[in-house]
Order: sequence, then structure tokens, then C-alpha cells
Amino acid sequence: MATLRLEVVTPDKTVVSTDAEMVICPGVVGEFGVLPHHVSLLSALKIGNLRYRANGKDEEVFISGGFVDVNNNICSVLAESAEHARDIDTRRALAAKERAEQRLARREEDLDEVRAQVALQRALMRLQIAGV
Amino acid sequence: MPSLKDVKMKIVGVGKTKQITKAMGMVASAKLRGAQSRIERFRPYAAKYRQVIGELAAKVDGVSHPLLTEHEEKKRCCIILVTSDRGLCGGFNAGIIAEGLRLARERTAEGMEVSFLCVGRKGRDAIRKSGFALGTSFGDRMGSVDFPLASAVAVEVIHAYEKLELDEVWLVYGEFLSMAKQPPASLRLLPLKAPGAESGPDSGPQCEYVYEPSEAKLLEDLLPRYVKVQVYSGLLDTAASEHAARMAAMDNATRNCDELINTLTLLYNKTRQASITSELIDIVGGAEALKG
Repeated sequence: MATLRLEVVTPDKTVVSTDAEMVICPGVVGEFGVLPHHVSLLSALKIGNLRYRANGKDEEVFISGGFVDVNNNICSVLAESAEHARDIDTRRALAAKERAEQRLARREEDLDEVRAQVALQRALMRLQIAGV
Repeated sequence: MPSLKDVKMKIVGVGKTKQITKAMGMVASAKLRGAQSRIERFRPYAAKYRQVIGELAAKVDGVSHPLLTEHEEKKRCCIILVTSDRGLCGGFNAGIIAEGLRLARERTAEGMEVSFLCVGRKGRDAIRKSGFALGTSFGDRMGSVDFPLASAVAVEVIHAYEKLELDEVWLVYGEFLSMAKQPPASLRLLPLKAPGAESGPDSGPQCEYVYEPSEAKLLEDLLPRYVKVQVYSGLLDTAASEHAARMAAMDNATRNCDELINTLTLLYNKTRQASITSELIDIVGGAEALKG
């Protein structure tokens, strides 16, 4: 079966480096699938889950936004942070969710609403992927 | 002539110092390995960014982005000074600080107002004394450099630049060239200069790229991130350089201790010999006197 190279890279490490049969990315304008020999593509990604199938097994990876570059049958995803579903620290995500909710609820003067919203989204997405 | 006991104490003292410098050198070399491997792990990320931004910038030629445009009037300049938190690493911090101050004086001579943003305690302390304006500073973070830190630094200058509160931003850090070479380096962060697209054989014009959303929007999203990437690579380099510099400094110190111990041991033996000789003279003199 035809495959494409999938690389998920963060500043700290390469999270995924594998041959995949299919990749589904959370693009900013909607989710899209990438199959082997996809046309060259550059897309921004939003906070969400990236799914791929390697060796007939489905995997799920959390992505905190970033972008994906598909070229020459190589799909490279650059994200500020990314984690396999099984590696998600649910306790930390729960704590982050509560923190963000508190910040949004208090409505203080110097509240950076966008930042709090984004943090909340990240936490919720992590929890959802981890299946909590 | 120092007494025998004094010399002995001194030898013991130097020996203890040697143990400490040796241990510090070993710790630094272990930390250096960690820092180097982080640079290695970051490299694919940074390289990909450079490539993509280069390609994009070439495509959307002529589109002006606030981070790419030079401000007409250049009045305020911010220097991000990245140093270590701790000393005992030779002239490493002094070199970076001198480079930062040199740059600051140069900008001041051009009629610009200079302010510093410091990462690392050593730089912060030096700037406080120098009399230049000191903005936000991040101390005690060099031990655990991570992307969120670089992000925080970058976001601050990006916001100021977009609000026209800053007209130029420089990054001064310790470049990690090799184990023996960590020269201070300066880099103009903003206005951003897009990296030229590499013209390798495989990066030539291929099939048309599909962009989602538009090229301009993507660039808008990617440029601030690229600033973060550059700051992060500066932080990582400085962290690695610090450990390499400390390793070299501690190696030197250990060697000096060895030398000192040798000299002191020689002195100890000489002193001991002298006291034995004088005691012998006393005994012989006494015996002669009794015989007389």
C-alpha cells in the first residue's frame, strides 16, 4: 500500500516520524485528509487533533496549532507542542482548564481574554483526545 | 619562612578547591551534553521554518507585513541581552555584555533611545549598573530554557514593534560554534529579514503549491512564530555556550590547582628540610658544648 512520510516536529523533539497511509489534519479552514502523493500544500493548523493511520492502526495526536507542509510525499507538521493521545498529562490539562475558566470568570481589568480562551481551548482539546 | 603547619593547611585547602572545580567541570560537561542535544532536536524545526518562510516570502513579494517593514523614523531600539544566570564561566558573560553595550552606544550615537530586555541574571545586573534603561528581565531561567520562555520574550517585542513603540530590535547572545569557541553574536530581530529561499536542486520550482488560507494570511501567522524560533535558538545557543565556557574555565582552574599544589608541596618539603637541619645543628652544637 502506498504511504507518505509523516513528521510531527516541535521545538523540543520530533514527536512522530513514520510512514502513514493517511493523515487527517485540523486545518484552520476545516479538517482535511492527506493521502499519499497529495498535491503540494501549505496550511495553517488550529488547536485540534491530528489523526493518522500507520500499518493499519489509527493514532491520534494533539496539536496546539502550527502549520503543515506537504511536499514530495512528505507531510511535515510543525507545532509548538504536540503529544500522542496516550502521553497527554490529563491532570495538567484539567488544572489548566480550571485556571483558564477562573481567569475568564473573574473578568479582571487586565484580562488577556484571547490568551485565556486559547488556553482553555487547548486544555479542552487535550482532555477530549485523552478521552476524559 | 612559613611554618610547616601553614603550608600543610594551604595544600589541603587548594586540594579541596580542586575537588570543587573538578566537580563543577563535570557537571558542566553533563549539562552541555543535554543542551547540545536540545539544539540538535530543535534544528529540524528551525530549518523547516526557514525554508517555508523563505518560499512564502518570495511568493508574496511586495506584501508588507508590520514585522517586515522598516519604520521611517528610527527612535527607539531594544536590545535583548541573553546571558547566563551564574558566573564562574570565564569571560563568557563579560563578552556578551560588552557586545551589548557596544551596540547600545552605537545606536545612541545614531540618536536612538536604547532599552534592554535581559534574559539571565548576569546581564541584568550589568545593565542596571551601566545606566541604560532596563525593561522586563527574566532571571533564573537559563537552567530551564523552553519554548514558552522564548515565546514570552518574542511576544513582548513583537507587540511593542507593532504598536510603533520600538523601531529596531536586536538579539545579543553567545553563539555556540564549538566546544572551544563561543563568541558573542548580535542579530537584528526586527524589522525581520526574510531568509532567502535556498536554491538547492530539489527546492526549485515544482508543482504549484496549494495555500490554505491565502499566502498573505499564512505569512501573517508565521512571521511572529519565526521571531520566536529565532529567539529560542539564541537562548539554546547561549545555554550550550555557557556550559562549554564553564567547562573550559573549570578545566583551567583544576590545572592551576595542580600547579599550585606542586609548588606548595615543594615549599613544604623545603621547610621541613630546613627545620630538620636547624634541629640537627642545635643537637650537634649542644653535644659539642657538653664535650668541651
